[in-house]
Amino acid sequence: MIEQVADPLPQQGYAKVVLELEVNNHPGVMSHICNLFARRAFNVEGILCMPAADGRRSRIWLLVFEDQRLEQMMRQVEKLEDVLAVRPHGAGHEVFERLEDFFH
Amino acid sequence: MEKMTGAQLIVRLLERQGVRTIAGIPGGAILPLYDALSGSTLIHHVLARHEQGAGFMAQGMARVSGRPEVCFASSGPGATNLVTAIADARLDSIPLVAITGQVPLSMIGTDAFQEVDIYGMTVPITKHNFLVRSAQELLEVIPAAFRIAMSGRPGPVLVDVPKDVQSQLIEVAELPPPAEPEALPPLDQELLAQAAQMINEAEQPVLYLGGGVVHSGAAALAVTLAEQASMPTTMTLMALGAMPMDHPLSIGMLGMHGARYTNFVLEEADLVVCVGARFDDRAVGKAAQFCPKARIVHIDVDRSELHKVKNAHVAIHADVSTALEALLPQVKVTLRKRWLSHVDSLKSRFPLQLPGQDDPRTHYGLIHAVAAALDDEAVITTDVGQHQMWVAQAYPFRRARQWFTSGGLGTMGFGMPAAMGAAMAEPGRTVVCFSGDGSLMMNIQELATLAEEGLNVKIVLMNNNSLGLVYQQQNLFYGKRVFASKYRGAPDFVRIAEGFGIKALDLDGESDPRAALAQALNTPGPCLIHASIDREQFVYPMVPPGAANTEMIGG
Repeated sequence: MIEQVADPLPQQGYAKVVLELEVNNHPGVMSHICNLFARRAFNVEGILCMPAADGRRSRIWLLVFEDQRLEQMMRQVEKLEDVLAVRPHGAGHEVFERLEDFFH
Repeated sequence: MEKMTGAQLIVRLLERQGVRTIAGIPGGAILPLYDALSGSTLIHHVLARHEQGAGFMAQGMARVSGRPEVCFASSGPGATNLVTAIADARLDSIPLVAITGQVPLSMIGTDAFQEVDIYGMTVPITKHNFLVRSAQELLEVIPAAFRIAMSGRPGPVLVDVPKDVQSQLIEVAELPPPAEPEALPPLDQELLAQAAQMINEAEQPVLYLGGGVVHSGAAALAVTLAEQASMPTTMTLMALGAMPMDHPLSIGMLGMHGARYTNFVLEEADLVVCVGARFDDRAVGKAAQFCPKARIVHIDVDRSELHKVKNAHVAIHADVSTALEALLPQVKVTLRKRWLSHVDSLKSRFPLQLPGQDDPRTHYGLIHAVAAALDDEAVITTDVGQHQMWVAQAYPFRRARQWFTSGGLGTMGFGMPAAMGAAMAEPGRTVVCFSGDGSLMMNIQELATLAEEGLNVKIVLMNNNSLGLVYQQQNLFYGKRVFASKYRGAPDFVRIAEGFGIKALDLDGESDPRAALAQALNTPGPCLIHASIDREQFVYPMVPPGAANTEMIGG
């Protein structure tokens, strides 16, 4: 008997993509978002979060692999009550490139 | 300006929301809320014996009414005991608002007595959850919890309220209005037109209905669509009753324990119109081989379900009722004689076989005898296992919300407390819970609650003194190595029920079981009806887990 198990897909070889999330700023939002990615074995390569404008909202930047599940993952993220918008950018977006200096 | 505590505010907001029954269990961290609830003349509290029972009672109420219902639990073990009922509501899209007590704000995170991070624990099993940090926040959070639970695809919401927030005094100028569902997604007319065209051009279309049809109140529209376009219609476990079982276009339940002909019809379909369903693995089998010849139209209110398991040729993000209403005028009235007669021939060659259906001492016969003693107004719930599949196959469901079962999570112990919830919400109906001995023992303590409330719930216990579906799978797929699936003891369920103060009937000893059953079912009040069944009877046909739906065994 073979049960259906969703294997983590090999992620090497896929292009990276940067997601920009507009979210409500309160404790717990990060856990809602990270939980979703972790559950589907979707590795988040980079993560950055800062409060935006008046402090009622935050902006989260995620660096992830663009495998075939990404679109559906984005829909699941958009479904979260505290996520107001999700915008995908190319991997070349400068937000993580500029951060690299802090990791070398 | 009115001065009140956070707890009093919660009770006022629940009253305004129309909540009239709450199931729960008090404990230290939720005592301020219980103190406030004791002052309510509108809300009846049902004292469960285990928080999981309270959660399923709230679910039973919500499944009958379609509105969010409420359960209470204290912090720590009270809250963790709710977790299974919340996860169950999540997987079956049931609107539920669970309110838990929490240790005072200043003690959160210190491993205080009866402290758990129920907020963190319920992140993946709720639609949304809240940890309330001031009484002021309740003015927004409580209506938001109801709005989220009932909007779009329904689901559970948890509100964790620290004890000091419950006791905190606040001045309230004006109570917020009761929550209303959010606006539905706008219809994409172009996609609808494409869907209509695909239906009109198809030669062998099948309509595939899921629980979303029930949640959206779209059963009648779905039946009209099927009739207008001559579409054989299959239902998931969650949608049974959306189209009457004896409707000429009904091809019954699909999937793991569907009839052979049903899965063969799907195999030959050139178009599948999936409405409010999600291509669950128990329904579609091996996804890559499901409906191999068919194009797919998928309508769902949850956008993240579209293209999740099967890529749809036309995917419509919409409320099912709204979409079907707009679709109907564009669908040609067609009589697909050739296709329907082919479906009929498949049905007569590979029918659903219900051996023993005329003998009330067999499993199928007992289900038929129960159905014969009731009308369509009765509500049927089940627990989980063989009896659940037998009822799904054999009971003549004829209306939406006639049947409630734990579909997605498959929770043994669901049936009796859910039946009690159904009876609380609609006391005029007879509610029958089909259960197994394994399932019943998972929430058997609620017999005490049932006796106290005197609800019109009949438990039909199909007793094979084993975990029947495990026993079946070990026999079929694990080389008959039967392990940990047969009970060694044999509790006397009749005496157990009587010990709780519930009338009980043992059909085994009745000379006319059919008459005894009918009399018990039609006498108001709770009753346990015990019937021994044969452990060697398996649920057939069966698609082995991981196989394609056409690779059924048995039946």
